[in-house]
Amino acid sequence: MIKAVLIMNTQGKPRLTKFYEFLPVERQQEAIHNVFAVLCSRPEHVSNFVNAESIFGPDARLVYKHFATLYFVFIFDSSENELAILDLIQVFVETLDKCFRNVCELDVVFNYSKIHTILDEIIFGGQVLETSSAEVMKAVEEISKLEAASNAINLVPKSVSGWRTR
Amino acid sequence: MTSSSSSSSSNSIMDNLFQRTLEDLIKSSRLNFLPEHAFISNAMDEIRKEIKSTDPHTKSTALQKLSYLSSIHGIDMSFAAFHVVEVMSSSRFSHKKIGYGAASQSFHDSTPVILLITNQLRKDLKSSNLFEVSLALECLANAATLDLARDLTPEVFTLLSSSKVYVRKRAVGVVLRVFEKYPDAVRVCFKRLVENLESLDPPIVVAVVGVFCELASKDPRAYLPLAPEFYRILIDSKNNWVLIKVVKIFAKLAPLEPRLAKRIVEPVCDVMRRTGAKSLMFECVRTVVTSLSDHESAVKLAVEKIRELLVEQDPNLRYLGLQALSAVVGKHLWVVLENKEAVIKSLSDEDPNIKIESLRLVMAMVSESNVEEICRVLVNYALKSDPDFCNEILGSILETCSRNVYEIIVDFDWYVSLLGEMSRIPNCQKGEEIENQLIDIGLRVKDARLALVRVGRDLLIDPALLGNLYLHRILCAAAWVAGEYVEFASNPFQLMEALLQPRTNLLPPSIRAVYIHSAFKILIFCLDNYLMQNEGAASSYSNNMAGGDSVLVIGKKSTEALDLPNTEGQNYDQDEGFNPRNTNESSEDFPVGNNVDRVVTHESIVSVFNLIELVLGPLTANQDVEVLERARNVVAFVHLVKVEIFDDSVQNVDISKKKDAQVSAVIKLICNAFSMELGLVSISAQSRVAVPDGLVLKENLDDLQAICGDTELPSSCSFGVGGHHFDTTFDTSSSNLVKGEDSGPANESTSLLEHRKRHGLYYLPSEKNDIVSDNYPPANDPELSSNINDEAENLARLTEQSLLLKKKPNQMKPRPVVVKLDDGDVAPILVKKPEPRDDSLSGAVRDVLLGSETGPSSSRSNPSDKPSGKAKEKKKLSTDLPSETKEQLPDLENPNSRSKNRSHKKERRRRSPGNIVEEGEEHDQKGKKKSSRSHGKHKTRQRANSPLNSQTPVIPDFLL
Repeated sequence: MIKAVLIMNTQGKPRLTKFYEFLPVERQQEAIHNVFAVLCSRPEHVSNFVNAESIFGPDARLVYKHFATLYFVFIFDSSENELAILDLIQVFVETLDKCFRNVCELDVVFNYSKIHTILDEIIFGGQVLETSSAEVMKAVEEISKLEAASNAINLVPKSVSGWRTR
Repeated sequence: MTSSSSSSSSNSIMDNLFQRTLEDLIKSSRLNFLPEHAFISNAMDEIRKEIKSTDPHTKSTALQKLSYLSSIHGIDMSFAAFHVVEVMSSSRFSHKKIGYGAASQSFHDSTPVILLITNQLRKDLKSSNLFEVSLALECLANAATLDLARDLTPEVFTLLSSSKVYVRKRAVGVVLRVFEKYPDAVRVCFKRLVENLESLDPPIVVAVVGVFCELASKDPRAYLPLAPEFYRILIDSKNNWVLIKVVKIFAKLAPLEPRLAKRIVEPVCDVMRRTGAKSLMFECVRTVVTSLSDHESAVKLAVEKIRELLVEQDPNLRYLGLQALSAVVGKHLWVVLENKEAVIKSLSDEDPNIKIESLRLVMAMVSESNVEEICRVLVNYALKSDPDFCNEILGSILETCSRNVYEIIVDFDWYVSLLGEMSRIPNCQKGEEIENQLIDIGLRVKDARLALVRVGRDLLIDPALLGNLYLHRILCAAAWVAGEYVEFASNPFQLMEALLQPRTNLLPPSIRAVYIHSAFKILIFCLDNYLMQNEGAASSYSNNMAGGDSVLVIGKKSTEALDLPNTEGQNYDQDEGFNPRNTNESSEDFPVGNNVDRVVTHESIVSVFNLIELVLGPLTANQDVEVLERARNVVAFVHLVKVEIFDDSVQNVDISKKKDAQVSAVIKLICNAFSMELGLVSISAQSRVAVPDGLVLKENLDDLQAICGDTELPSSCSFGVGGHHFDTTFDTSSSNLVKGEDSGPANESTSLLEHRKRHGLYYLPSEKNDIVSDNYPPANDPELSSNINDEAENLARLTEQSLLLKKKPNQMKPRPVVVKLDDGDVAPILVKKPEPRDDSLSGAVRDVLLGSETGPSSSRSNPSDKPSGKAKEKKKLSTDLPSETKEQLPDLENPNSRSKNRSHKKERRRRSPGNIVEEGEEHDQKGKKKSSRSHGKHKTRQRANSPLNSQTPVIPDFLL
C-alpha cells in the first residue's frame, strides 16, 4: 500500500502532499521536513531508494525522483515493488507533462486541485488503480469538463440572476 | 424571496465578488509582501469568515483554500469539519469535489461529524454520475469508520458488480478499508470480490490482486484456498503490474504449503526468464530467495539474475541486487561468497545505500577464520570514510565480533588491540560500545587481561585523547581495567602517572572518580609489592593475615547481601575468598609471571605519594561527591601510610617493625579486597529475585518523597563498574579495623532500623531479608512460577542462569576460555511470532472461503475456525451480554442495536427485506454456522487458537 505521495521543491517547500493513512498535520509537516533532510543530503546519480523506517515507521520504503527543481516522493510498504513505483512516478510525471505541456514547478504550484485530480486517478486509497497515462488523461478531462459545467452556471450567482429577471 | 434573505444574499454577492480564489491566494503567497506566518494568519482570518457564508460558492472556495493551506502549510482544518459536510452535500459537482477532497484529507475515526455523512455517501454511491460515485468511494477509502463501513456495505456490494469499470475498480479498492474496519462485511462482499478476479477488464484485475496482496500480507493463511485463482493469473496474465502482485501473494503463501511451493516454482522461474521488466524480474528473484529457497534450480536462476543486477550501471539495480543477496545469505552463504568482489567493491560506492547494504553482506561473510582479515579491511575503509559510514562500519564490527559472547573471536589479544585501534579512529563515536566490550572481555576472558592492560595503558598515557568527548567512555573502561588488573601491568607507576595527569580535569566527574579509584587500586598494589619485597615471609604477619582475611570476607559478604544487584558475583567471591591461599596465590603468582621491572623502590613509593598529594589534594574540595569522596579516601590513606612507614627511619627495621606490621596488615587487607575477582552479573539477576509477599511494587510512591526529604541521600553506589565496598575509616591496628568493618554496617543498620520503624511500609519484611540474601530461588521454584504471568517474567525464567562456569586451564585449546553465564548474560532475542493482526477479519475470510467453496459438509466438519472470528466480532460490536438469542438476528441488524443513530436504524429496517432476498445464500449459511456454534463457547474458542491444520485440505486437489 502507498502511504503517502509528496512533491517538494529543492528548497524543501512542499508543493503537493497526500497521505493515505491519517496523520495529524503537525506530524505531516514533521515527516515532510525529515524527508527533505534526507533527500537534500544525497548526492546526484545515486539510487532512488531511501530507508524511511525512521520517519514513517516499520516497513516503510521511500522512492524518489528528482526532476529539475522538484522531488517526487512516494512512501509505501512491502506490498509494493520499488522499481514498479519508480515507473509509476514516471507515469505520473508524464501525465503532468501532457496536461501542462512541459510541466514545471510553477504549474504544480498553481494547479493544486488539478494535480490532486490526476493523482487521484492513479492512486485510490493507497492502491494503484491506473497505470496508463492515456486513461488518466481521459478521466481528468471529463472531470474538468464537469467541473467547468457546474461552475459555469455559477458565474452569475443565483440571487443576481433572480434579481435581473425580475 | 424575503427581505432578510435578500440582504444576506446581497452580502454574499459582495463576498463572492471580492473573494480571493485559491489561485489568488497562491499568487499573493508568492509575492512575498508578508512573512509567511503573517500571510497565513491573514488568509485564515479571511477563510474563517468566508466559510460561514451562506453562499455555497463562497463557502466551497474558502474550503478549497483551507485544504490547500492545510496540506501545504500544515494548518489544522478540523475546525471546519462541519463545513466540509455542508460543501459535500452541494448539488454542484465542483463544490462536491472540493468537499469530498477535504473530507478525504481531514476526516478520521474520531472526527465527530463523520456520523453525519452516511446518508450523503449513500446517495452519492447510488448516483448516476460515475464521477460522483467515485468521489464518494474515495472518501470512503480514506476515511471510513466502523459505522460507515457497516452502514454502507450493501452499496459497496452492489457497486462490486457495476457495469462501469471506472466505478467497479474503485469499489474493489474500497473493500480493503471496509474489511479492515468492519470484518463482517467479508460475509457479504467476499464472494463478489473473488469473482472479480476472473474479470476480463485489466484494470479490475489490477485492483483485485492489489487488494488480495494487502490482505494476504496481513494473514496469508486465510487466503490459501484462493491459490488456484492466483495460479491461473500467474500463468495467463501479461500485465506486469498484476504479475508483480501475484508473485508477491505467492511469496506469502508458498512458505505455508510446501506442495504449493513446488507447484509455483516453475511458473515463477518462467516469468523471471522471459520478462523484460526489471521490476517483475526482481520481484521473482525476491520471491525465490525468500520463499522458495529450498528449490535448488530456482535459486541458481535467481543468483544468475542477481549477478546481472550487481554489474548494472543503474545504482538502483545494484542496490536491489545487494538487497537480494542479503535475503539469500541466511540459507545460501555461497551465493555471497561467489560475489565477494562485487560486494567489497560496493563498499566504496558513492551511494550510501549501497555502501550500507554491502557492509551488511561483508559482515555476513565473517567467520572465525577470516574475521581478522575482514576487520582489517573494514577499519581501513572506516579511516577513509565520512563520519556516518565510519561509525556504521565500526558499529557493525563491534556487533558482529561480540555476537554470542565473542563466538567468532579466537585471538583475543588481537581483538583487544583492534578495539584500541578503533578508539583512535578520529571519527569514532562508538565509545559506549567499546567501553562495554573492554570491561566485558576483562570479566570474561582471563587470558586477555594482559593485552587489555597494555591497550588500556596506551590509551591512558596519551594526553591528546582526553580532549575527545567521544573517547571519555573508553578511557573510563581503560582506567578501570588498569586498576582492576594492575597485576598485569609492566609499569604500574607509569599507569599511576597517566591516571593522575593534569588533563584528566577534562573528564566528567563520574569518569574522574573511576580514575581516582583505579589510582587507589594501583597504589595499594605497589605498596603491597613493596612490603612483600621488604618483609619476605614474616611469620607473625601471615598468621595475622589469615585471621583477618576470613573476617574481612565475612564482613564483605554481609554488606554485599544488602545490595541485591551485586550478589550475583557472590558465589564466585565465596569460592575465591573463603580460601585465603587462593587469593594469596593470585597476588603472588602474577608478579612472578610477568614481572618486567617490578622492583618497587622506596623512592618510587615516596614519589607516588607526593604525586597523589599534589594532584588529589586540591580535589578534596571538589564539588562532585564522587570525586570528592574518592580523593579524600586516597589522600587520607596516603597520609596515614606515609606517617606510619616512612617518617620513621626506615633503615632501622627493628624499631618500626611493630608499626610496620600493622600498616602492612591494613594494606594486605585492602589488597585482598581488591584482588578478589569480579564476576559477571546476569542481566536478569534482579528480576529473578522473587517479590516478597505483601510487597506492592506498583503502589503510588508519591509520599515517599516526603520521607526521603528527611534523610540523607546515600552518596555512594553510582560508581560505574568497580563494585568493591570498603570502609573509609582505616585504623592502625588490624583488630580495630575489623571492628570498624563491623561497626560500619552496624551503624547503618541502627539508623535503618529507626527509619524502618517510621516507614515500615517501604521495607521488606525482616525475616524475608535472610532468604533473599541467602541465594536465588531455584530455577523452577513453584512460588516464583506462580508469580509469573506476564511475558517479562517468563523471559527471565527462560534465561535462568546456573552457576558460573569455572575456568579450567586447558593449554591444548587455542581459544581462551570465555566465561559465560548460561544464557543469562546476553539479552535474549526472541523471535517474534507474527500474530495475525485482525483475527476477526481472517476468521470471517475463512468462514466465507470454506463455506462457499467446499460446501456445508466440510464447514461442519471443522467448526473450530468458524466461531472464533465471529464471536470476537460480536464482542467488539455489541457491548451487551452475548446472549445466543440476540445473535440469531440477521447480521446486519444486530450490531445496530446499540447504534446512536436512530434514523439509520429505521432506514435499514426499511431496506432489510431487499437485502435478505439479495443475500439469501449468505444468510442460509449463517444459519448453519450458528447451529454449529452451539457447542460450548469455551471449547471452540480454545480450539480456534490452535493453528489451523484443518485448513490445508481445503486447497483444491489440482494444485497438490
